[in-house]
Amino acid sequence: MSNVLANLKYAASHEWMLLNADGSVTVGITDHAQEALGDLVFVELPEVGAHYDADKEIAVVESVKAAADVYAPIAGTVTEVNQAAADAPESVNQDAYSAWLFKMTPDNVADLDKMLDAAAYQAVADAA
Amino acid sequence: MLKKTVLNSAHRAMNARMVDFGGWDMPVNYGSQIEEHNAVRNNCGMFDVSHMCPVDVVGPDCRAFLSRLVANDVAKLKVSGKALYAAMLNDAGGVIDDLIIYFLTDTRFRIVVNAGTAEKDLAWMQAKVAEWKLDVTITQRRDGANNLGIIAVQGPNARAKVWEVLPQAKAATEGLKAFFAAEVDQYFIASTGYTGEDGYEIMLPAGEAEAMWNKLNAAGVAPCGLGARDTLRLEAGMNLYGQDMDETVSPLDAGLAWTVSMNTDRDFVGKSALTAAGQQKQFLGLILLDKGVLRGHQKVTTPHGDGEITSGSFSPTLQQSIALARLPLGVQIGDEVEVDIRGKALKAKVTKPVFARNGKAVI
Repeated sequence: MSNVLANLKYAASHEWMLLNADGSVTVGITDHAQEALGDLVFVELPEVGAHYDADKEIAVVESVKAAADVYAPIAGTVTEVNQAAADAPESVNQDAYSAWLFKMTPDNVADLDKMLDAAAYQAVADAA
Repeated sequence: MLKKTVLNSAHRAMNARMVDFGGWDMPVNYGSQIEEHNAVRNNCGMFDVSHMCPVDVVGPDCRAFLSRLVANDVAKLKVSGKALYAAMLNDAGGVIDDLIIYFLTDTRFRIVVNAGTAEKDLAWMQAKVAEWKLDVTITQRRDGANNLGIIAVQGPNARAKVWEVLPQAKAATEGLKAFFAAEVDQYFIASTGYTGEDGYEIMLPAGEAEAMWNKLNAAGVAPCGLGARDTLRLEAGMNLYGQDMDETVSPLDAGLAWTVSMNTDRDFVGKSALTAAGQQKQFLGLILLDKGVLRGHQKVTTPHGDGEITSGSFSPTLQQSIALARLPLGVQIGDEVEVDIRGKALKAKVTKPVFARNGKAVI
């Protein structure tokens, strides 16, 4: 059974978001997503400074089995990427909520309020 | 409604991740595909391949039938138990299926065909028996009464583990060289596989399959899903039907020329088409030099023209991405080519189409 953390926001496309004190948002893929993909072997991160609209392809995670796009859950500008996750993709399998992929400054922080809470995402994951 | 093998509930009891595999509800892994892959390379793992279809070919005209049916030559089968890998072609020389033929007696052979092609294969075989007016009976052994389960036990310790569970089989199977089979009571035990490792494929009455699976597991054989089976066969350079070849692809363009026996008077379905067309492409390996993962259908750019990846993944043994590809004639092993991955041209090196066998990289 995959793990869903109560303090995070979620997208139906299986990204998690954490609002930081400085107003940036940390983004990763959910435990459910890593479990569905299986052993990850490659992570392609976005470029720092690039702007993405919501729902645009922003990163790629590939397992032995398949490639999956990661989508920008909300519109914003990438401020930092987690090179450690790209160097060790298996870290996302080990703990999807520690091995974040990128941070972004949202165009509108209120967009986060429209995202799923833990209970709503759990329902999405259970139905998948 | 997905079809289930006789081991379906055993997989679920072992917390397998189940997927729709060509209409079959099959385990893709039991946790980690890479750990399962490594278990087979370094120790021992087992696969449920009961979705594949055993076909018994019985009657006085067996040899005449098989001699015309497939591109490899069953005249090579001289010793009882010997197995032959062969392609069954259509009139245009395309591959209807790849299969293994086991020679038991001159009036009894067993063929194992792929899961997704079984119905089409059986219809084709029946039609050829009628067309050629031969005395041969074709009986599938996957469904219904007298059906068989198939468990592939693979890895350097596979034989010892099988003997632990089936001690009565040791005498008849310990001398088996690669690509032979022995029948021991109700068990058909073959030294064949799809991993590049030593081991056995065990066919047995379907009703006994779950008990056998659980005994093997208790003896320390790791259950492995179809995910690991795919990366193992890819590393071993073994073709996958539907990806590396199909009805539109000649065996000569799919790296299967070694299974096509053209040099005698023997006629077989597709022979004249193969003779007329000759080899148009070559089937080679690729190792990705940049970071990323090679996948089927990615375009390969070479100085001799474009090619296409037919199977690709990450190689747990090499810790790099590898692929099998159909490339233009003229490309040489060692050449550097470019692969289009999501619009980026990444560098790959051309290799022979085999990457790892018997626990080690061979590249």
